[in-house]
Amino acid sequence: MIKRSILTKNNSTFFKSIKNKKVSGNIYSLGRLKMSKIVLFIIMCFVALFMLVPFFWSFSTSVKTAGEVFEYPPKWIPQSIHWENYSQVWEVAPFGQYLLNSTVVSVMVTILTLVTASLAAYAFARFKFRGRDFIFMLYLGTMMIPSQVTMIPNFIFIKLLGWTDTYTGLILPNVFTALGVFLLRQFFMTIPKEYEDAAKIDGASRFHIYLHVILPLSIPALSTLAVFTFVFQWNNLMWPLIVVNKDIMKTLTLGLASFQGMYSTNWNLLMAAAVMGIIPSFAIFVLGQKYLIKGITFSGIKG
Amino acid sequence: MQLKYLELEIVNSMKITMKKKEALSAWVFLMPSLVGFVIFVFGATIVSLLISFFDWDMLTPAKFVGLGNYLKLLKSDSFFLVLRNTVIFVIGTVPTRVIFSLLLALILVKKIPGRAFFRSAIFLPVAASTVAVAMIWRWIFNADFGLLNDFLYRIGISQLPQWLINPNWALMALIIFSVWKDVGFSTVIFMAGLEGIPDTLYEAGEIDGASSWIKFWKITLPLLSPTTFFVVVLNLISSFQVFDQAYVLTGGGPAYATTTIVYYIYNYAFQRFKMGYACATAWILFAIIFVITIIQFKNQKKWVYYI
Repeated sequence: MIKRSILTKNNSTFFKSIKNKKVSGNIYSLGRLKMSKIVLFIIMCFVALFMLVPFFWSFSTSVKTAGEVFEYPPKWIPQSIHWENYSQVWEVAPFGQYLLNSTVVSVMVTILTLVTASLAAYAFARFKFRGRDFIFMLYLGTMMIPSQVTMIPNFIFIKLLGWTDTYTGLILPNVFTALGVFLLRQFFMTIPKEYEDAAKIDGASRFHIYLHVILPLSIPALSTLAVFTFVFQWNNLMWPLIVVNKDIMKTLTLGLASFQGMYSTNWNLLMAAAVMGIIPSFAIFVLGQKYLIKGITFSGIKG
Repeated sequence: MQLKYLELEIVNSMKITMKKKEALSAWVFLMPSLVGFVIFVFGATIVSLLISFFDWDMLTPAKFVGLGNYLKLLKSDSFFLVLRNTVIFVIGTVPTRVIFSLLLALILVKKIPGRAFFRSAIFLPVAASTVAVAMIWRWIFNADFGLLNDFLYRIGISQLPQWLINPNWALMALIIFSVWKDVGFSTVIFMAGLEGIPDTLYEAGEIDGASSWIKFWKITLPLLSPTTFFVVVLNLISSFQVFDQAYVLTGGGPAYATTTIVYYIYNYAFQRFKMGYACATAWILFAIIFVITIIQFKNQKKWVYYI
């Protein structure tokens, strides 16, 4: 319901803006631009500069020589581009392995979250059974508990099972969050029951309905949850930090943190590593910005 | 008569089996998630509470100490130092982020040129990994060669702060970084809230001759208050749990000046292996967050308007 109303609202403002444009001609032409809008535009330019300069600065440093880094005044554009910093970083630390580990862990957590959360959300949204509301309230209640409370017992549990330094240990404890179940349940509730009734008359099983009716209709919500979970996992530092010791099992965030520990003042190498850490985030950002924003406006990151 | 009764019986029993079947398949759907929750969430929460009553280093047998860990915690100077650090961090970040993100959202819902670009620029640090961008800011905060001090020097400040080296400035650096990193998060929520305010209200206000200043105070702010409430609560919760940036930027130092509560838990659990003490600290953190959230919810009646 909420989602749909937002959607139609956006559409209406969208159409209105088109109409306005027609009425007032080219609203972006300087002559018609109001003074206040110019002021706001300039303010926003400074804000954008403040937000983006660190990224540019890190890239600029990452292609400098070790000597040039400490030159005064600092140079925005280096004399010559030294790509070899990147290959050097790649040689001294197994960044390819880190990237692979982060990808495996994030993808697996995302898939398992989507599967378990959507199954549970379907049970909560469409079945009547004793204890349903009680269990759902328990789920919701866990959103209040900070992850630091459960992290120590989970670490002990993983250690007892011998799952430290394994993918299973990195993945499994991160799969079960109430946020996903809650988000999908709310979305499933908005799907009209008539869609299911038609399939029921044809004699379809509940699992068939879940798979072929509910899931295809919920792709926006599933994508939101997927992007959200993926980004959160990709950036997760604390859990890999406590369950991983071997270099070969480190995720990208953990690899970066320990790389910094080793090369704490080789700024050009550090910045090359940071840039490599940011590029995947940029890619996710470009692909999934829409869904990330939807996820945030739905209920915000829990963590 | 008899036949009808029998029929009813059959229908009833069919209904019961249907209900049972429905309940059974519901549990099948729920099971994969529920098993995980019972182990990693519900179970872990209970176990965490139990561990907090023990003295345990994971090597020697655990010793029951009752409330000993909590008492030790509340008497220890180091806990009050990290509590103080965390509270300063929260006071430094939450109002700043809320005010800045509200201002940015107010600007960004207007049709200024380049709006999509500005929105992306503000949101970009939110999507980037904290570790990677904190590495960049460690370089920017560098006292001798950092970009920030170079800028401050150019605008005429001679007493340049030793950002990450001086205990008084290190926490400030952490606050600046965190505002930069997460301001876009709240901006996005505010923008959605602003877009949800019906245009008709503004039109009505215009007919009554309200200035934009009056419209902001009498229409925008009251109608946005549920969103503001939500943003404040989310920011409070996440700021109390700060860890990643402290780990990368300062390593908790210098002289524990940036050791936050979560950092303290990490140190005790995974450096000193005092599992009971660390769990007790985690529960104190939970209690703090819980109480503050409850206070917010109680207080909301005074300033949050729901239509």
